Amino acid sequence: MYWEKEKECMARDDLEQLQLERLQATLYRVATHVPFYRKKFKELQIDPDGFRSLDELQNLPFTTKNDLRRNYPYGLFAVPLRDVVRVHSSSGTTGTATVVGYTKNDIKTWSNMTARVLTAAGVGKDDVVQIAFGYGLFTGGFGLHYGAERVGASVIPISSGNTKRQIQIMQDFRTTALVCTPSYGLLLADTMLEMDININALNLRFGLFGGEPWSEGMREEIQNKLHIQATDNYGLSEVMGPGVAGECPERNGLHINEDHFLIEIINPDTLEPVKPGETGEVVITTLTKEAFPVIRYRTRDLTRIIEKPCPCGRTLRRMERVLGRTDDMLIIKGVNVYPMQIEAVLFDIEGTEPHYQIVVEREGRLDKITVLVEVVEEIFFDQMKKQRHLVDHIKKRLASELGIGIDVKLVEEKTLERFEGKAKRVLDKRKL
Amino acid sequence: MLKIKNLEAGYGKLRVLKRISMHVDPGEIVTIIGANGAGKTTLLYTIAGIIKTMAGEINLLGQTLKKTKAEKIVDLGCSLVPEGRQVFSTISVLENLLLGAYVQSGKNGYDRKQELEKIYNIFPVLKDRRRQLAGTLSGGEQQMLAMGRALMARPKLIMMDEPSTGLAPLIVKDIFQIILRLREAGNTVMLVEQNARAALGIADRGYVLETGKIIIQGPATDLLDNHDVQRAYLGRDIE
Repeated sequence: MYWEKEKECMARDDLEQLQLERLQATLYRVATHVPFYRKKFKELQIDPDGFRSLDELQNLPFTTKNDLRRNYPYGLFAVPLRDVVRVHSSSGTTGTATVVGYTKNDIKTWSNMTARVLTAAGVGKDDVVQIAFGYGLFTGGFGLHYGAERVGASVIPISSGNTKRQIQIMQDFRTTALVCTPSYGLLLADTMLEMDININALNLRFGLFGGEPWSEGMREEIQNKLHIQATDNYGLSEVMGPGVAGECPERNGLHINEDHFLIEIINPDTLEPVKPGETGEVVITTLTKEAFPVIRYRTRDLTRIIEKPCPCGRTLRRMERVLGRTDDMLIIKGVNVYPMQIEAVLFDIEGTEPHYQIVVEREGRLDKITVLVEVVEEIFFDQMKKQRHLVDHIKKRLASELGIGIDVKLVEEKTLERFEGKAKRVLDKRKL
Repeated sequence: MLKIKNLEAGYGKLRVLKRISMHVDPGEIVTIIGANGAGKTTLLYTIAGIIKTMAGEINLLGQTLKKTKAEKIVDLGCSLVPEGRQVFSTISVLENLLLGAYVQSGKNGYDRKQELEKIYNIFPVLKDRRRQLAGTLSGGEQQMLAMGRALMARPKLIMMDEPSTGLAPLIVKDIFQIILRLREAGNTVMLVEQNARAALGIADRGYVLETGKIIIQGPATDLLDNHDVQRAYLGRDIE
């Protein structure tokens, strides 16, 4: 199922022609309307009219989160405020908030992009979509809301939080598709199981999860508990919001909406492009944004591009699920460790619950991490021997995955914090 | 159908087109809008092979055009309807139409009579006036004749330069309706216009040309909603 088949399945050379046309128009736009870029181009002696090929993208300057902060609130807008019909602000996951704006056309494009993601995930006009992303300044709720309306689904704009009510409404309103963060999806599932709700009596068929990295194990957990098809979707407010990329039912990577977003993968240290298929930082250039175009925005999200064509027929390339953020990376005993790698191991182990926390501490001059993981009741209370055995098993698996030894502590069920929005898995106790 | 990358062209030392990248897909109506002197006609003439390219690439129906002669480009399947009609006023309407069939004549499978019937179907008035001198036709009829003449070559891509010029608003409406019908019949149209509102009203996509550069591109409905386009080309005062 496609939303815009002629775009989602277009020949690669037609796509590249379109990307070049749109990039040239975007460069003209930012050079004439955004002082920040005009200055930057001048400093770097870049003639935006001289841009001839997508291969020249690497000559263009990066845009960083700090550039956005320094131009708070409207400094990077390419249109006067009277042309802006909507303002959103980044979720402020890290540091000061940043502001993004949308023209009427931007909202239209955005709805189309999330409509693609929803359609690819299986949602159609007969579905009842419960959007449990936060509404408000955060782009998650509104982004998917407009797309769901565009495909003609019935939208329940419930927003995040109030888990019991979410479940009530899911039952009463016969929700068929759930939209939220994966951690909240899991919390909803666990709460329903706890309440002894018959999952089979629900109408739920699809779950669209995004907003934070999650592992394949977590997907399986959610799919098994809720009896749904769970797909991943990706976006960030700095380039638009949700709708940048989304999975098809193959569930093997997210199709990037490349006719609207140009994606590069770079090595975050050298800033050079990685070899095809290697993991690195996602860098995005918007191709159609009117109010808030960005050139080579460094997302700090880590993933890799899957060059292999997808059996679903879309020619839009896929990115693998986001592994984490460059700023999530922990350097432990000289080894780079991402929380997602730890999650992947934990989800694979029998007897643990899918809730964990990673505590980072500093001992002397070295960072040290401890993984707290919830275990099922019977193990926690009765069987010391089994506990010992489980800890050893987890340590061994972590060591083989990460290449270093990590401390593991088992904790009682439901002692770790639950999340209604983006999960915070890492507790940083370092005083730097 | 048509793919242009980084095209530069002009007259003598004067570079009118500075860097044009654009494309037209089969079955589309694509419009190029822009002010006087932006380079719209130069762009059409360059594609038609009347003006040489200085740099960049034009690919028409899978063939890269390199110093390709104008008649060869018509033969490839791209016809131009020039601005101001430019029909041959001292010969008959029928003779004008037959001139359009010139590159096709003698080719296998080309039936002149059948093509004429098709043209008469689209423009019944041309059938009624086929024996009249072209110069005696009204402005709107001459525009139809110019379009019919271009269609006689059975083009895959038909390029029109300012078909609305010098025509009364009601006639312009007719001409644009005919362009829509041409597309329904499977033609692909590239339409250059100063009448941005009318052109965007029937086009699928549009490009805004300014001083030899494409500065805005997108679906026609988006361009109609774009405030820069509204201010500069649609005469709408935002305040």
